[in-house]
Formats: sequence, C-alpha cells, structure tokens
Amino acid sequence: METNWPLYEVFIRSKNGLSHKHVGSLHAADAEMALENARDVYTRRNEGVSIWVVKAVDIKASDPADGDFLFEPASDKIYRHPTFYEVPDAVKHM
Amino acid sequence: MTQVSSLEDRFLQIIDADEKIEPKDWMPEEYRKTLIRQISQHAHSEIVGMLPEGNWITRAPSLKRKLALLAKVQDEAGHGLYLYSACETLGIDRSTLLDQLHTGKAKYSSIFNYPTITWADMGAIGWLVDGAAIMNQVPLCRCSYGPYARAMVRVCKEESFHQRQGYEIMTVLCKGSEEQKVMAQDALNRWWWPSLMMFGPNDADSTHSELSMRWKIKRFSNDELRQRFVDMTVPQAELLGLTIPDKDLKYNEAKKGYDFGTINWDEFWEVVKGNGPCNEERLRARVEAHDKGQWVRDAAAAYARKQKEKSSLSKTA
Ligand SMILES: [Fe+2]
Ligand SMILES: [Fe+2]
Repeated sequence: METNWPLYEVFIRSKNGLSHKHVGSLHAADAEMALENARDVYTRRNEGVSIWVVKAVDIKASDPADGDFLFEPASDKIYRHPTFYEVPDAVKHM
Repeated sequence: MTQVSSLEDRFLQIIDADEKIEPKDWMPEEYRKTLIRQISQHAHSEIVGMLPEGNWITRAPSLKRKLALLAKVQDEAGHGLYLYSACETLGIDRSTLLDQLHTGKAKYSSIFNYPTITWADMGAIGWLVDGAAIMNQVPLCRCSYGPYARAMVRVCKEESFHQRQGYEIMTVLCKGSEEQKVMAQDALNRWWWPSLMMFGPNDADSTHSELSMRWKIKRFSNDELRQRFVDMTVPQAELLGLTIPDKDLKYNEAKKGYDFGTINWDEFWEVVKGNGPCNEERLRARVEAHDKGQWVRDAAAAYARKQKEKSSLSKTA
C-alpha cells in the first residue's frame, strides 16, 4: 500500500463580501497542486472567486468533549445581550 | 460502563433532536463502521461508475453530446472525491480505501457491472441510473453524519443535469428513425430491472436497515424508495412512447402507485458476488488506471520535494 499525500482542507469565498467557507478536502503533493485540484473539483460551476487551502495537520481543533467547559463561560453572561437592558417603550431607534 | 452509556445517551439525544454528529464527536463503534462501509461503497460506485460511460466518450454522436458526457463523467470523479473525503473524517485513510476497492474486498453498486453496448445506453443510464441514484441520495442530504450530509448536498446539486441529459438523449432517439426507437426501447429493456435492484434487497431481507434508520443514516426503506422511483419513472417512459419491460406493471388506485413484478434476486446476488457480465473488466480497468498513474504520482511527489528543498535553501541563503 502506498503512502498518502498530505490532506488539505479547502475553503471557498463564493463572492466578494462573503467569508471563505469550508467546502471539503483533498490530498495533494503540495499546496500549489491542492489549489489547482480544488479549482477543478470544488468550483466547476462558478462556486467561487477565491480559494484557500490549508494542510489539515496545521489545524488545531477544539475537542467536542470539552464543549461545556470551553463555552460555558459565555452562557451565563446574559448582560452581553441587548435584551438584558430595559429601556422605556417611548424611546425610538434603539 | 456508566461513562459509555452517558456518552451513548448524549449521542442518541443528538440523533433524536435531528442534529448532526461531527467527526470528533463520540459515536458508537458500530455507527462508525456502518458509515465507513456505506460511504466508501458509495465513493467506489462513483469512481467505477465512470467506466461504463467512459466507454462512449470517444464515440459520442456529436460534439454537444461529447461535452455533456465528459462533464458528467468528470462530475462523477468529483462525487467520488467528496465521498472519500467524508469517509476519511471517520479515521480511515485514502490508500486503505483504494486498496479495499482494488483487491475486491469492497463492494460498489452492481449496476456498473452491466455493459454499455449502444449509444442509447448513455440515455438510459442518465435517465434511470442517475434517476435512481438521486432517489437514494436526496434523503441522504439529511443523514445524521455531518460530513456525509454535506457531501450529498453537493452531489445532489450536480446530479440533476445528469438525469436531464440522459432523458434528453432518450427523447431525441424516440423522435428519430425506427432504428433509433428500437435502440431506445432495447436500452430501457436492459437497464430497467438492474435500476430497480439499485435500491437493494427487499426490506424483509435487508440486513443493515434497522440500525441505520434508528441512527438516521437512512430515512426511508429500500422498498419505499423503489416504489417512489417506479411511480416517478413510469409516466416518463410513457411520454417517450416506450414500454416498461414488466407485464405485471399496473396502476393500483388504492395505493395511488404502481404494482410491479418480482425482481430477479438471484441475478442481483450473482452480480454482487462478482459474476455479473462486467465485474472482472471493471476491476481490471480500475486497477490498471491506478497502476498506470503511478509515475504521475511519483513525479508530483518528487516535484513537491524539490520545490520544498529549493524554498528552504533560499530561506537559509
Ligand atoms: Fe454521482
Ligand atoms: Fe450522476
């Protein structure tokens, strides 16, 4: 069995004004080839105006098992939301 | 033990809430195994599925048909890639998957073990085979495993052109000469039953179905999808002026759908076991294509290595 080429994650900006969005992945010998192949595979129908490829091993991902621990600090801070504050009904445009 | 069962409870909660399982989430080993089997079979089918149609690219009757067929076959290669990538998120690597295909250990859809002997087969395949594939694939866009569901959304967007170009080929043939009509009917005769087999064994004989439904990998049973396909396709055949090769086919007012004849399951299992008309040829062609591409992969790897050396040299200089 042969060894695999490195895995690249592919991100596409569908049009200017929007963020790049993850669309999938592919194996390639190098970043240049990853970019060319991403063009051929993920933008055959004008899906994009810009492509990023990133080696999958270079992405550090959070562990879903740590989800509670990571994101819990945000959940009890209701004062970060506008609805936390009471403003008289008469006030407009706020 | 309590640890596993609470993880499993959490997993089932996600499934029941119709949310998605993502690659790094905890999942039962059996869920992972089922998905690897299903997604890899699906990927292999896309790749092997290029061969029967590839047979006609150089002999397409016009430039327009040739361009369409090339684009379709290229799409199928893309589908294979989306699916291999989705499968790899489950912790199996690409070379292992390809090895399983090339050694005959992994299965692919039996439909691709039938020969494509006339141009009308390109019409029948797009219309019926891609049509049946769409019927199977649309519910998979809601599959509980995120990467598979997302890959299927892309695939489904691309499939509808495949079916339409196939049906258009049939339309043109059916409006053509007597010879062309005969050719179209002959293609329907040969592809009809294998297309119905694409939905898999009857529900009563289907081994993996129950858990797959519980885990929302599958949303509908084989027989439900097959029935829908028949109900959708019969009127399309009528519009072409073609006859479905089934003497038991009859509209059933009570169930608002068609009753149809019994599928020849002996034939199905023979083809699955490797004894179809083209099993050997398909596998041989696939292995040969892979082996003949070895020098290209070697060259690309050597080039990448050299480029890397060059850039590290220029950095230190
Ligand atoms: Fe496909
Ligand atoms: Fe297709």
